[in-house]
Amino acid sequence: MENWKQNPRVFWTLGLPPSLWLLAFFIIPLGFLFIMSFSDKAMVDGEVSITGYDYLTGITNYIRAFDPLYLGIMWKSVWISALATALCLLFAYPIAFGICFAKDKWKPLLLLLVVLPFWINLLIRTYALIAVFRTQGYVNKILGWVGFGPFEMLYNNFAVIFGLVYVYMPFMVLPLYATIERLDKSYLEASLDLGGSQFQTFMRVTVPLTMPGIISGIILVFIPCLGSFLTPDLLGGANALMIGNVIERQFKAANDWPFGAALSFLLMYATFGALALRYLFTLRSKGVDV
Amino acid sequence: MSDTIVSIRNVTKAFPGGVTAVDNVSIDIEQNEFFALLGPSGCGKTTLLRMISGLETPTGGQIIIGGEDMAYTPPNKRPTNMVFQSYAVFPHMTVEQNVGYGLKVTGVASDEIRRRVGEALEMVKLTALATRKPDQMSGGQRQRVALARALVKRPKVLLLDEPLSALDAKLRDDMRMELTRLQETVGITFIIVTHDQDEALSMASRIAVMDRGAVQQVATPAELYEQPKTRFVADFIGKVNLIEARVHRQIGRKVDCELKGVGRMELVSDNLVGAQVSVAVRPEKLKIASSEPTAAIRVQGKVRDVAYYGDTSHVVIEAADGLNLSVNVQNDTRLGGSGVERGQSIWVYWAPEDSIVLTE
Repeated sequence: MENWKQNPRVFWTLGLPPSLWLLAFFIIPLGFLFIMSFSDKAMVDGEVSITGYDYLTGITNYIRAFDPLYLGIMWKSVWISALATALCLLFAYPIAFGICFAKDKWKPLLLLLVVLPFWINLLIRTYALIAVFRTQGYVNKILGWVGFGPFEMLYNNFAVIFGLVYVYMPFMVLPLYATIERLDKSYLEASLDLGGSQFQTFMRVTVPLTMPGIISGIILVFIPCLGSFLTPDLLGGANALMIGNVIERQFKAANDWPFGAALSFLLMYATFGALALRYLFTLRSKGVDV
Repeated sequence: MSDTIVSIRNVTKAFPGGVTAVDNVSIDIEQNEFFALLGPSGCGKTTLLRMISGLETPTGGQIIIGGEDMAYTPPNKRPTNMVFQSYAVFPHMTVEQNVGYGLKVTGVASDEIRRRVGEALEMVKLTALATRKPDQMSGGQRQRVALARALVKRPKVLLLDEPLSALDAKLRDDMRMELTRLQETVGITFIIVTHDQDEALSMASRIAVMDRGAVQQVATPAELYEQPKTRFVADFIGKVNLIEARVHRQIGRKVDCELKGVGRMELVSDNLVGAQVSVAVRPEKLKIASSEPTAAIRVQGKVRDVAYYGDTSHVVIEAADGLNLSVNVQNDTRLGGSGVERGQSIWVYWAPEDSIVLTE
């Protein structure tokens, strides 16, 4: 590719509109939210104002966020997301592998099936899950035929994790598919030829060589899971609140934007923390025995 | 004589979709042989090699390795190791880890792994690079890693899939000698797949020439060159003049035939021939003369082309009936050169015993 410095006009023509877009609709609102997180609602005539704010008053919102109640929800969001991500990986890996080793003429169809749920609105898909899992739902109906149940399957952590896995599975399958597809199959053959079993080949060759796809998939699933609010709201109800629900309520029902902003930034820092961990991991794994 | 280590018996590989890559092939490969599977691309040689390694299963026949039929044994249970065409050196492991991999996964003790990896690296002269990653190495070095990784397992048979094709010309010559040296040192049977006849002729003790899934001939390099059994082998190995001939009659080994553009003569063939044969003569067996020679087989023609190659000149001579003959002339004196010029009228002659009668 040509160096952009040699073609400044082309560079600016192509680069300026998206930069302005990002500045106007991402950086500036984010900055506004950042300021908001250090602000408080204004007091008017001894009452809390609905729309007025006292800007940059201090870190009271952050102190409030470290209340055990919110820390607990934050921690629960992290482990629910981590579990959902792990389950996604567990299911997506064989799916991606299967698609890669399918006949060429079937691959486009199989990939289409993976992304097909995206054609339907998330809300409708989530309501469909409710129809499947509710007490008079399809699962319980089938269990009833063989004499079990009915079980209460909605409005708990299980329902939330199931919903997250269902919704974010394609984000795990696609990057995995891309790396496995590019993987030179002769590495696997070499491992088998050298006496490795199928399992050893998978653990010592396939997994390390598809690590970039695994990490991309984890990031693509874990981060949206952490911030999700629709799925826990509809499937988890009051029993399985995640941090996304709390933030959403601050901005809407509670009308407490400063606190919502503070929670949002804490969530963002947690995400940065996860990315930093991943970076440290890749640095470390370069030097050591794989 | 030595024993048979690999016996391929009536092996067939038909891929779904109707392609028969290997068609009823039978070959016996001896202990300590440097055996080559030679043929044009798509002749089934790589498929055959992969069936010996276990990466491909035959649809019929037996593959007996070390006295045991292993046609359906998975690759990790066979006493064979392969050097892949792409080398397939694991990019996430160092040279040491790559070489030690096959020992580690089969549960060899770690101090023995260290010792054997050290020996193997020494054998391929890579001791200094033991801690390098493959992406910091040249193609030739990666190939040595692949070799060491396979040899460290002490296989009964080492399989090499086009091992030299990805190397540049200079390196290829070095590696060719290196492989021959290695084979002599380790005393392991090598089976190499190649499409390059020079490679096969210079390295192998015996060669199987394959075409369209079938073995055409199994012989030593010199036999293949001087006594090809089929037109395909004569044409594929080295350069050859193929002359059409009509057979008048055959009495015993003597074939009375008429060579197109040359004339009627009596040649020798061990086989019963049909009415139509091809007569093959190697270009270096042909001689030229400016005046009519006394030899039994002689043709007059015009020099159409002279290509100078330093030690030899390749001369193309056009004779009667559209017959073109290639002659290799040794430039054995400094000032003489080939002594022929384009357009010159010239005689070509050769000894009858240098003619090979080919029926198919």
